[in-house]
Amino acid sequence: MAGIAVSTTINGDITEYLCQPDETLLDVLRDRLGLTGAKEGCGTGDCGACSIILDNRLVCSCLVLGAEAEGRRIETVEGMAHGDQLHTLQQKFLEHAALQCGICTPGFLIAAKDLLAKNPDPSEEEIRFGLAGNLCRCTGYDKIVRAVQDAAHVMKGA
Amino acid sequence: MNFDPRFSGRKFASVGTRPIRPDGVDKVTGRARYGADFNMAGQLVGRVLRSPHAHAIIRKIDTSKAEKLAGVKAVITAADLPDLTDGDAAMYDILDNCMARTKALYDGHAVAAVAAIDARTARQALKLIEVDYEILPHVTDVDEAMQHHAPLINDTIFTEGLEEKPVKPSNVTKRSQFGHGDVHQGFGHADFIVERSFKTEQTHQGYIEPHACVASVSSDGTADLWVCTQGHFVYRQHCAQLLGMEASKLRVTSSEIGGGFGGKTHVWAEPVALALSRKAGRPVKLVMTRDEVFRASGPTSATSIDVKIGARKDGTITAAEATLRYSAGPYAGSWAEIGAMTAFACYKLDNVKTVGYEVLVNRPKTAAYRAPSAPMAAFAVESAVDELAKELSMDPVDFRIKNAAQEGTRSSYGPVYGPIGIGPTLEAVKNHAHMKAPLAKNQGRGMACGFWFNFGGQTCVDLNIGMDGSVSLAVGTVDVGGSRASLSLVAAEELGIDYSQLKAIVADTSSLGYNDMTDGSRGTFSSSMATISAARNAIKILRERAAQMWDISVDDVVWEQGHAVAKGEKHGNLGKLSLKEIAAESGKTGGPIAGHSELVADGAGVSFATHICDIEVDPETGSTRVIRYTVVQDAGKAVHPTYVEGQYQGGAAQGIGWALNEEYIYGKDGRLQNAGFLDYRIPVCSDLPMIDTQILEIPNPNHPYGVRGVGETSIVPPLAAIANAVSNAAGVRMTHIPMSPPRILAAIEAERGG
Repeated sequence: MAGIAVSTTINGDITEYLCQPDETLLDVLRDRLGLTGAKEGCGTGDCGACSIILDNRLVCSCLVLGAEAEGRRIETVEGMAHGDQLHTLQQKFLEHAALQCGICTPGFLIAAKDLLAKNPDPSEEEIRFGLAGNLCRCTGYDKIVRAVQDAAHVMKGA
Repeated sequence: MNFDPRFSGRKFASVGTRPIRPDGVDKVTGRARYGADFNMAGQLVGRVLRSPHAHAIIRKIDTSKAEKLAGVKAVITAADLPDLTDGDAAMYDILDNCMARTKALYDGHAVAAVAAIDARTARQALKLIEVDYEILPHVTDVDEAMQHHAPLINDTIFTEGLEEKPVKPSNVTKRSQFGHGDVHQGFGHADFIVERSFKTEQTHQGYIEPHACVASVSSDGTADLWVCTQGHFVYRQHCAQLLGMEASKLRVTSSEIGGGFGGKTHVWAEPVALALSRKAGRPVKLVMTRDEVFRASGPTSATSIDVKIGARKDGTITAAEATLRYSAGPYAGSWAEIGAMTAFACYKLDNVKTVGYEVLVNRPKTAAYRAPSAPMAAFAVESAVDELAKELSMDPVDFRIKNAAQEGTRSSYGPVYGPIGIGPTLEAVKNHAHMKAPLAKNQGRGMACGFWFNFGGQTCVDLNIGMDGSVSLAVGTVDVGGSRASLSLVAAEELGIDYSQLKAIVADTSSLGYNDMTDGSRGTFSSSMATISAARNAIKILRERAAQMWDISVDDVVWEQGHAVAKGEKHGNLGKLSLKEIAAESGKTGGPIAGHSELVADGAGVSFATHICDIEVDPETGSTRVIRYTVVQDAGKAVHPTYVEGQYQGGAAQGIGWALNEEYIYGKDGRLQNAGFLDYRIPVCSDLPMIDTQILEIPNPNHPYGVRGVGETSIVPPLAAIANAVSNAAGVRMTHIPMSPPRILAAIEAERGG
């Protein structure tokens, strides 16, 4: 079966690939482009482990087709740090031990980045509802919320 | 090796601090490689065909059409996994669970598998496999399965543990009993008796990472397996036995693991992936879907428990008794036995008796889930204890303090306790600010205690000192939640160096001696003991090398704060040699410097916790909201307190989900109806408040630093603590977990109607 040619921008770089019409963007990222930071926890949009930002909108990449990325802008966890300089959210997740197993972490970081871009000074409740699309089974969310609060505080001051 | 594991009461420099974990940066940048993140050249995609029936004889499987499909490289059935278990019943059950042999025993039971060039071809091939089933009557409920007329799941099972061997087969595989004293007499001395029956539904560990592996069997008979597991050495043993390989020829590498909680202690897909690879002659990647994870892996037992507790007017418990029935899935287990052991472990009892029944049902094979079996028993017992306190008009905390087990108490399951933390956690709860926080309308407060044994087990560690003075620590216990950080702290402590000079890794099965799984809260407990021992062995060599460099007797060299120090008047001018200085000369003084340790980590200290929670119940809808939650638990010694807090919070959150929401829902057809995160709803961020923690440190006398396991106990009290809070808020005793809105509403309406 002939593939569909797609040209898109991923983490600032123009990227071209061929994909099948029924292939998800998550599968393209992971299996064709080697960007395995986004994880498949469910494949049905319920866990948020595959979260990416698509044209400034937080989406589950398992619910987007690879072909739909044509001409759009994709941000994944691999693009969060600048060189060896971690994003404030990444640094705060480390400092607060906001991860245990870490499988949900890329999704949380992307969701939190999207949240803070839209609401730089969220209340605890706004953080909790802003991250409610991402499942974590290890932490009970306490340290994740604190890490995001701390990151928001630092980023506001910057 | 003269390793002394006893608690020494030293002052700590590194242990107890909170540095960033060594695997942290990879995990926040997406670089960490989990089960599904690994690929090999020429790799195929494996997929498994599963039974849609709860109970059915497999008459015939025709794979010919699938085999002919272009791109299909191998199709396997049970015939490709011959029985090599040699009479080992437990291994046979594992084999049968990996691939059904004569009967499908639950909805989701694997019956065949394919390896193809891509996922689409593999999925297509599954549809071409024809299975001829003869559907049998099924049973999924634990109480129904015990009835005489229930469909028999395995007609070779005769209940063990009865005085006389039964003449008929049964779904009850085993009866077990624990206790001491005379409960009949004890109840005779009671002024008040509470007797109730409880049920808990089946839940799943709910790790976010589905099971995943890449298997590569070579034509020379060697093989590699990359897999997310809690115990790669155990996976190697099991896979090698099931595939007929020598263990040393199968190298298993544990990937980063995206949650396990007991659910990644058993092989499912791995022997299948190896068999596919062997047949196809190419590497095979096999990743479960979420639907498969729910239908075919995990879950914990569903239970039905009767409890009876009696007390005198002064609050002394005179007798306690429980009958516990636990579902095991279609294979024998020891789940009720563990429940029966833990049920009354928090209390000092003269007369206690618990009886457990293991019950077969047409559901997936029960797997361990964090302190397996204890939360359900604690739910029943702690609910009854709360009710009894009410009958006695006693404060529930004071009632528990009066009856709490102490050092020297003979536990309800047999052993006599050493120093334990149940009393201190209760005292801490009594004095906690949470107990004084105001409650609004429709809000209730509950508290409950929990116990877990903890485990030690076989452990092996390598500690290698580089010529630049940096230290690499290779451990064999999989890191499920930060243990590389805690073990690095322990090595830094013992060597007297800075945490930043160390790097800990989890070694593969060909690079290190055998290690038991990361289960039983043993990861940090046992590997820290082995790390201390390995570091002491390395220090011995470091002292010898320093002695050589100074040309003095090794007896005159001691190790202090990361340095060799020459002792004695005649060596006063020698000063000190740092680890780094000694390492730099190692090529000239005898070669590499390393410390090794292999041991059985005995003496895991038992662990206790007490939780408090406030719940708001909407009496119109039965919906609930967690308002406040506090965990108080004994850690022995918190090596990395932040990750200890994380264990406390995570266990509480899982318990909250179990108590209020999570359950396997089976249809009359025996099929699982909610095999996805949308319908099996685990707590999300907006469901929970901050979870407060208080770490108590009552040293474990059997560990040099006093460490106890901390991973599991935190899931034991929540079911009961929340049930007590909901019962107090709603004004009616809740006896069925999860306390979903319909169940709460029904209980409120029944109370109003009554």
